[in-house]
Amino acid sequence: MPAPIRLRELIRTIRTARTQAEEREMIQKECAAIRSSFREEDNTYRCRNVAKLLYMHMLGYPAHFGQLECLKLIASQKFTDKRIGYLGAMLLLDERQDVHLLMTNCIKNDLNHSTQYVQGLSLCTLGCMGSSEMCRDLAGEVEKLLKTSNSYLRKKAALCAVHVIRKVPELMEMFLPATKNLLSEKNHGVLHTSVVLLTEMCERSPDMLSHFRKLVPQLVRILKNLIMSGYSPEHDVSGISDPFLQVRILRLLRILGKGDDDSSEAMNDILAQVATNTETSKNVGNAILYETVLTIMDIKSESGLRVLAINILGRFLLNNDKNIRYVALTSLLKTVQTDHNAVQRHRSTIVDCLKDLDVSIKRRAMELSFALVNGNNIRGMMKELLYFLDSCDPDFKADCASGIFLAAEKYAPSKRWHIDTVMRVLTTAGSYVRDDSVPNLIQLITNSVEMHAYTVQRLYKALLDDISQQPLVQVASWCIGEYGDLLVSGQLHCIILHT
Amino acid sequence: MQFMLLFSRQGKLRLQKWYVPLSDTQKKKISREVIQMVLARKPKMCSFLEWRDMKIVYKRYASLYFCCAVEDQENELITLEIIHRYVELLDKYFGSVCELDIIFNFEKAYYILDEFILGGEAQETSKKNVLKAIEQADMLQEEAEAPRSVLEEIGLT
Repeated sequence: MPAPIRLRELIRTIRTARTQAEEREMIQKECAAIRSSFREEDNTYRCRNVAKLLYMHMLGYPAHFGQLECLKLIASQKFTDKRIGYLGAMLLLDERQDVHLLMTNCIKNDLNHSTQYVQGLSLCTLGCMGSSEMCRDLAGEVEKLLKTSNSYLRKKAALCAVHVIRKVPELMEMFLPATKNLLSEKNHGVLHTSVVLLTEMCERSPDMLSHFRKLVPQLVRILKNLIMSGYSPEHDVSGISDPFLQVRILRLLRILGKGDDDSSEAMNDILAQVATNTETSKNVGNAILYETVLTIMDIKSESGLRVLAINILGRFLLNNDKNIRYVALTSLLKTVQTDHNAVQRHRSTIVDCLKDLDVSIKRRAMELSFALVNGNNIRGMMKELLYFLDSCDPDFKADCASGIFLAAEKYAPSKRWHIDTVMRVLTTAGSYVRDDSVPNLIQLITNSVEMHAYTVQRLYKALLDDISQQPLVQVASWCIGEYGDLLVSGQLHCIILHT
Repeated sequence: MQFMLLFSRQGKLRLQKWYVPLSDTQKKKISREVIQMVLARKPKMCSFLEWRDMKIVYKRYASLYFCCAVEDQENELITLEIIHRYVELLDKYFGSVCELDIIFNFEKAYYILDEFILGGEAQETSKKNVLKAIEQADMLQEEAEAPRSVLEEIGLT
């Protein structure tokens, strides 16, 4: 029996296929060969065959007949076998099928293996796809590894613990003792994953949250060291030391400081420091600033700090990088209720974003614009929003029209302005307005007694121009029916004047 | 992170890493949808998309799209840095990485990803440490594949 072809050779061969049919034929042929090889229980080439199967699986072909073979590879003593076996398990096995439970014992053994890279493989697999049953069975092993002095394993155990907690929240308590000195670690990998673990625990349990509040000074210290420390080649990204860890710490601080005066005060200085000293020329610096702003806005920060945060967002809005503009708008939307006046100061920049080329930015700018409309700026804002309604994508028109109606209802400076605005919407985006706007409009017109003549004439004129938009036709027909006498009785010349 | 996809400009999947349990059918459907959405984006658009209850963060490097789906409360900007770090790792490992490297050595691309990210979160923030771990694991693999007689010869059994 000739040796099964090598993985790279198979890839090369399949890539020469000129049609989908040709590819399928090659795949079927190879699958048949692999199947008979599996049937022969061949240990030597199992690894090669499973690897090929994984490639074909990525192309979209079924590979479930390889699942048990992955388990056999995991159970093998050869490192190469285990590597492919675990990869295969993560790609082919599914926690909804019972067969995945057969992995549990192998993983248990490998978690205690003498080689850390094997332990690493099993931790990774468990942390990536472990089912609730597996997590229950193996949580104890993970907890043990969380206390090891080997930082390579400790960092993985921390994230594995996060997964266990997500799958089986009741097990969270058992990891509490092991968290005791996690933050004393010097190793950044362990620090990062520890902060993730602590974050997960605090988010899930108010008791844990109270318990971990005492870590705030330590977190502040670690963050301070990262900012103040000189260049560290190992963790440097564009002049910033370990931005990933910085962002994670800021996020944990947010959770710990929320609703708590003492904690918020303890982190006030460091937040101000990060907000003012972080380099903003590259994305990485802005990522940290963004997280800082989110934290400042969520905790009980001093008003000066809050204004600083909003101003950072304001600067973001002027950034050339559209990604930065996008996150600025998203964040401003979150804070517009609580810090309304501060956000108002950036209104013109926000309105400018209505003209942005990016769809997501336009949508955010629209939502934010509506949130900023008030009695003082209604005329100016409405001009911009009506212009936007004219030129925006059809996807936006319904929401924009509804928003305009709502704003007009709340802040219309005069009845005539209100009716003019409504008419403008009906004529420019009439086919996109929501169904309920027709009766609302009719109600509005009914109540504006002094405007009946004006309204019916304008509606009639609009119909003469364009009779295709249904909501407009509905409102106009009703109006003409009700106030037709006002239209006919010698006021026709007004139509010409009002155009 | 819920999942990461690498795909070509023609929509061919080069790597798929899922951190949430889904059936093969569901994964296929989601991949197709996300790939279509991202390929439809124009160059002037930002790198973020809202989709279902998640955020899609993507960036194109030469002929490959790197695409992550993250939870709604995730920091999109740092996710871009995560993507960039993974690209840097691939680049260092393969030496000026290109799409063909990832096609022909897809299992290594997974190994590298699995040393960088675990369960959807970064496990190591030092580039050097990730590469060192991969290097050592690769050496273990070589030793495992060495012919038996050679090892016995030099007395290592």
